[in-house]
Amino acid sequence: MFEYVWLIPLFPLIGFAINGLLGKKIKNEKIIGGLGTVMVVCSFIVSALILLQLLGLPGEERHFEKTLFTWIQSGNFKADIGFLIDPLSVIMLMVVTGVGSLIHLYSIGYMHGEEGFYRYFAYLNLFTFSMLLLVLGNNLLLMFVGWEGVGLCSYLLIGYYFHKKSAGDAGKKAFVVNRIGDFGFLLGIFTLFWYFGTKFNVWTINFHELALQSHLLSTEATFGVITLVTLFFFIGATGKSAQIPLYTWLPDAMEGPTPVSALIHAATMVTAGVYMIARMNFLYIKAPQTLMVVAIVGAATAIFAATIGTAQNDIKRVLAYSTVSQLGYMFLAMGVGAFTAGIFHLMTHAFFKACLFLGSGSVIHGMHYALHHADHHEHCAHAADVDPQDMRNMGGLRKQMPWTFLTFLLATIAIAGIPGFAGFFSKDEILWQAFANPLHGDLNYVLWGLGAVAAGLTAFYMFRLVFMTFFGESRLIPEAKKHLHESHIVIVLPLVVLAILSVVGGWIGLPKLIGERLGNIPNYFEHFLEPVFANGHVAAAEGAHLSATLEWGLMGTSVLIAVVGISIAYALYIIAPTVPARFVARFPRLYQLVYNKWYVDEIYDFLFVNPCKAFGNFLWKGFDVVVVDGLVNGTAFVVKNTGGGMRYLQTGLVHNYAMTMVLGVVVIVGVYIFR
Amino acid sequence: MIAIHHYLILSAILFAIGTVGVLVRKNAIVIFMCIELMLNAVNLTFIALSNHLGKLDGQIFVFFVMTVAAAEAAVGLALMIAFFNNKESIEVEDFNLMKQ
Repeated sequence: MFEYVWLIPLFPLIGFAINGLLGKKIKNEKIIGGLGTVMVVCSFIVSALILLQLLGLPGEERHFEKTLFTWIQSGNFKADIGFLIDPLSVIMLMVVTGVGSLIHLYSIGYMHGEEGFYRYFAYLNLFTFSMLLLVLGNNLLLMFVGWEGVGLCSYLLIGYYFHKKSAGDAGKKAFVVNRIGDFGFLLGIFTLFWYFGTKFNVWTINFHELALQSHLLSTEATFGVITLVTLFFFIGATGKSAQIPLYTWLPDAMEGPTPVSALIHAATMVTAGVYMIARMNFLYIKAPQTLMVVAIVGAATAIFAATIGTAQNDIKRVLAYSTVSQLGYMFLAMGVGAFTAGIFHLMTHAFFKACLFLGSGSVIHGMHYALHHADHHEHCAHAADVDPQDMRNMGGLRKQMPWTFLTFLLATIAIAGIPGFAGFFSKDEILWQAFANPLHGDLNYVLWGLGAVAAGLTAFYMFRLVFMTFFGESRLIPEAKKHLHESHIVIVLPLVVLAILSVVGGWIGLPKLIGERLGNIPNYFEHFLEPVFANGHVAAAEGAHLSATLEWGLMGTSVLIAVVGISIAYALYIIAPTVPARFVARFPRLYQLVYNKWYVDEIYDFLFVNPCKAFGNFLWKGFDVVVVDGLVNGTAFVVKNTGGGMRYLQTGLVHNYAMTMVLGVVVIVGVYIFR
Repeated sequence: MIAIHHYLILSAILFAIGTVGVLVRKNAIVIFMCIELMLNAVNLTFIALSNHLGKLDGQIFVFFVMTVAAAEAAVGLALMIAFFNNKESIEVEDFNLMKQ
């Protein structure tokens, strides 16, 4: 089955080609949506078969590369179109194609009747293709192609409702911010290739060859080339995975259709940065200073985004900040050398966050439908103006949308970190590693503290969202409320599957402590990924000699923090719903600060965007119009006027010309004779 | 006996007549004929000097001049016909497009 790995990205590419080229002619939504979905399901089946075959092999043989052909060869530089199969890429494959299939299916229901239905599915398939290329590429350049491809599709899909200015702007913002990160990625590739080549005469960008040669590198105690390279790659990761300082595009990306937010801006694309660092773990482990930067940025992002999430009213924006925060956890894991835990959280997060986004999509879909139908009543003509995404217009939805409510609740419990659910195992593992890793010394306590507080905030704002949306009295206008109902089966089915995964998905990675209690159940997930992180685990394992009591204690603390967060949300939004308003009235400054996202966008506008705009305006009006156009037009002006002046020298009379010639000849001959 | 200077003086007179004709006449065909006169004055000089110096170079040159003159006549007459079709005139004063 390994030989057929190239089929995995090929299927979505075919879907893209057919839907993109013929979709306008086909028109039939069932055919277009069905084709798009089936193509991803086919990729999922191939991926599952490859996973099964991989599981049948002993650990050290779980590596396979399929090279289709040499793509670029120039001197020492060589890049193949080649696919890499190892436990890490297979996990990503399963997440991308599995969650991707469900979201494609969901989209058939969600996007029903939208203008440009075929365009949506073409882009979604193109995205899946690019993401699979990113995951499967066996060298940095091919990964970069996928990396750019997903960025492009993200831009196209955020701006899907391009007739809305805000959507177009959000798309551009995402693209520009991502470009900044991509530039770092490119610099990383260049520097790495040059360094390995000139220093060790190893000219390669192939991941496996780089990993094999990584023993040549020594751990850099001070700032060196590998630190620089890893920092460059990390800049790329901050752009794609929405970390401080390049996270600002992700909340705006919610302008896109909700399934897109679920697939691209929660489950898959934004985790590309985490995957990339995990893939390059052999480099990162040699650069402890970079790891420290990664850990600090991750922890800071986790808590920073979580604070913003507590004050947002748009259901999708809360989830967007939650995503940024959870991505921060993954980077925290990377930064403390807990690559397995980070990838584990990536996977569980894909399940519950996709479920949450799709659930919010179901809510928005229902709200939109209800408001749209209420608009036809005479005495509430402005119902269509009510924002269907604002949680202040919701409330009590659990009665009308029981399935959406149930699945949403399960996913919320999972993200809040309640024991037994998927999010608990992965988040707890990250927090434990942040505490116990041997890399950062006393900084560990800060990292753990930030992570723990962020976990509490996560539990708070997620349950705030649930309580505001599904509990309490309905705040919707009564005419619209009558039209509220549960979504179609193709929307509910993916929700149910993802909710189940949000519950059981964590069980494959039970912590050692709990596994031993339950009768020596090993941590399958860690065991599976072991060969990939052979280098990384050496460092992480050294910390594991801390006492089991401590680990239990920390686990209990994080559970306690989550419960406290949920309790506060319950108290504020169920028991005493007037308190939040009074709190806002009491601390208006603080509320405004958080509500306006700490004014980071405004600061960026002031520091970077406006100077860039001013500089661009200067180049346009000051340089281009005055200097460049002036030179070109000036040349034309001079030539034209000189010619115009000289024209009057010509009389147009043949006699004058002849006379001039004769006089000229007389003068010349005269000069010769009388010289 | 006609000496060399007789030929040269005759040639100079012919050339001067031709030049003045070119400068003062307005009819393009007459101007044309005057140019031919100038060319032939030069031809006469070539022949006379060729005979005087006992070399054939001058006579060969004359052939070239005659060829050029023939070609010039063909082109010039064609131009004149084209002008006449446009302007109903072959007066050189009427050909003043650049002034307009």
